Amino acid sequence: MSTQTEPAPIDSIEFVTFSAGNQIFCLEITQIREIRRWTPVTALPHTPPDILGVMNLRGAVIPIFDLSARFGLGATPSNERNVVIVAASASDTVGMLVESVSEILSIESDQIQETPDLKSDAARNYITGVIAHNETMIRVVDLGAVVGGDNA
Amino acid sequence: MSIRDTFFQECEDLLAALVDGLAELESSGQDSEIVNAVFRAVHSIKGGAGAFGLDDVVSFAHAFETVLDRVREGDLAVDGKLLRVFHKSSDQLTDLVEAARDETAIETTARDSVLKDLETYLGDQVEEEEFSFDALTLDVPPALEIPAEDSASRGVYEILFRPHAALFSNGHEPSLVFECLSQMGDLTVELQDISIPDFELLDDSGLQLAWRLELTTFDSETVLHDAFEFVEGLCDLEIRPLTRPTDPLPTIASEVPTPQPTPSSDKPQTKSEKEPKAPKATLRVDLDRVDRLINTVGELIINQAMIAQRIEELDLPGTSQVLNELEDYKLLARDIQEGVMAIRAQPVKPLFQRMSRIVREAGEATGKPAKLLTTGEGTEVDKTVIERLADPLTHMIRNAVDHGLEKTDTRIAAGKPEEGTIRLTAAHRSGNVILEVSDDGGGLNREKILQTALDKGLVAPDVELTEPEIDNLLFLPGFSTAKEVSNLSGRGVGMDVVRNAVAALGGRISITSDPGQGTTFTIVLPLTLAVMDGFVISVADQTMVVPISSIIETIHPIRRNIHTIGQNGRLLALRNRYVPIVDVAENLGLKSLNRLDDQIFLLVSSVSHGTCALAVDAIHDQRQVVVKSLKTSCGSITGISAATILGNGKIALILDTEEIARTGASASELAHEKLTQMEPALVDAN
Repeated sequence: MSTQTEPAPIDSIEFVTFSAGNQIFCLEITQIREIRRWTPVTALPHTPPDILGVMNLRGAVIPIFDLSARFGLGATPSNERNVVIVAASASDTVGMLVESVSEILSIESDQIQETPDLKSDAARNYITGVIAHNETMIRVVDLGAVVGGDNA
Repeated sequence: MSIRDTFFQECEDLLAALVDGLAELESSGQDSEIVNAVFRAVHSIKGGAGAFGLDDVVSFAHAFETVLDRVREGDLAVDGKLLRVFHKSSDQLTDLVEAARDETAIETTARDSVLKDLETYLGDQVEEEEFSFDALTLDVPPALEIPAEDSASRGVYEILFRPHAALFSNGHEPSLVFECLSQMGDLTVELQDISIPDFELLDDSGLQLAWRLELTTFDSETVLHDAFEFVEGLCDLEIRPLTRPTDPLPTIASEVPTPQPTPSSDKPQTKSEKEPKAPKATLRVDLDRVDRLINTVGELIINQAMIAQRIEELDLPGTSQVLNELEDYKLLARDIQEGVMAIRAQPVKPLFQRMSRIVREAGEATGKPAKLLTTGEGTEVDKTVIERLADPLTHMIRNAVDHGLEKTDTRIAAGKPEEGTIRLTAAHRSGNVILEVSDDGGGLNREKILQTALDKGLVAPDVELTEPEIDNLLFLPGFSTAKEVSNLSGRGVGMDVVRNAVAALGGRISITSDPGQGTTFTIVLPLTLAVMDGFVISVADQTMVVPISSIIETIHPIRRNIHTIGQNGRLLALRNRYVPIVDVAENLGLKSLNRLDDQIFLLVSSVSHGTCALAVDAIHDQRQVVVKSLKTSCGSITGISAATILGNGKIALILDTEEIARTGASASELAHEKLTQMEPALVDAN
């Protein structure tokens, strides 16, 4: 579903970086529909803590995940810089609560490294690779895994 | 859409008309109008298929049509045996059309066996005299019979054909008509001896052309006329049988003789079958467009609700004109919505028609003769519902024949007619569509069901089950009562799949059975998937919606009517009955704000757990809501069937009362356990 797994020869890809659970992640910009300010959502019963609820996006009902919780990094603390990233995978549109959005990066596709082999780490299941950028490590989020990895 | 697609769509309609006609023929006996309608359907399919070069369809339709033509001409009387052949032929024709559409291979053995059946009716008296005579009664006076016998029934016709200019300008092509004729037999075409003017004077309209054709064929004159059906009125046409004796019959394998009306008795026939009941004008629309419209109308309804709320917030004086206009707006929006939904609504008839074939086939496969009786075929249901019901219904019908009906000797011993009856009914009832599948078989064998469930470890051995509970075991995954897996019902699909399919449509399925009398499955479905009427309620500070269809009544409880059993079990006394109370907030894992006796009870009935009272904090409003599925994005959530968007833009969850009743009354709640321990009789009563 994402192009970064099969990059065209030395193509530059634009990523939006954000922080969740005090770690820096990024998503390919083409997957992002919009970024919204956090507004309270309608909670769903009997759902794990990483599903915050559902939101009305211009007549469509979309689920909102707490990305930090989903990555096993604890619930996102409430903060006025909190935003919801609305992203669309092949079939679904979802919202993801993150602590804050930072910047847009242009990355050559060969700069994306495979995720180093770590012992079990919840976050690793949701990451397709890492990018070294200005001495920080940016984790590339696998949107499909985030969307499809819920309890469905 | 290509012309080919259009043809196959038309074929669907024609095949439906065909099945219809046959069913009518079966119920009301031989009626020339009906026979004509059936004939026309087959003939039109043949004609269209010819245009697309679908030879398999054409040749089969031709044989079918020829037999029908004999019925039409009064040479054949319709009896039960012939009807069965017709049914089979129509099934076969459906298969052939489908194979042609999907460009898949046809099953030649099945086709050939049906063709053979048809051939016995073709009236080839010379060769198959004994064969055909015991099967049919011929209404033909002997005087007509004899010439047919010795002249071997090939007729020679002279056709004079002179197209008008309009024929060409309408895009017709004489050569195609000739080709069609040439498929019926030996055709000679000669251009009439008409002086063709000099090239400079030549009128390109072809006005001067005329043809004389001579056709040797087995087909009747009516069939010849049909070849000219499309150019009728656009040409001078004269068809007359030549009086010279017909050729002796050469045997042609694929061609099938039809008794020819004796030439002398024939005048050029007027096309009596040309006055069908005028069909209602219809429009074929891309489904996507309809769905887009439905979505937009959904938005309109939400928008209307929002405006209503904004205006309410203005707190205008009650006399304000705006409030009247608003009411009109609401009604209009509702009208539009109903109108749009009606576009998607379709009668269940085609679905039912498919089922009659299933019954026939299942009956044959199991050796249990069965017939299908249907009522309420005109009941309209959302197209999606119809599509998604096809598989579950097929399965249920097969089951009904395979497991429901007894073996023939058992039936006779029980004093029942040899032929089993499967009944399929549809009806609208209070905002729901009710479908029932029932058989007149032996009813459910509860001992066997219970034993099977025990053997498979689906129920604990020490549990006492009521009869309805035993019946419901059928719906458990992994349950199948068939001792040997028959190739008919044992396809790895159980009733649990049926139940899931029904549940996915927002419906419920229930089962009742009378020993010796039969079994009835009842499916209750919402009328439409997109919009429903609901009560807007609040539960623990959250606004939610309860489908009105599930609510029996609302009750303001009086403290003394609430009884406690055990620690948490609570019952509501209601007209001398005790009904379990389910606190919705608790059930959904929310914090209940109110004491139970400050709450309002919604009495709901669930298929699996009888009546129960849902305790909620308040009821605000009754309104129509647009259903937004949560399944694709959030997976299925216990107790919640979908969501909707309210006038203030907020999302409200729609409660799944069935699920809440189920979880509330058993698994998650201590209450129920205590209840069953202390007063099993009370639970059963529910």
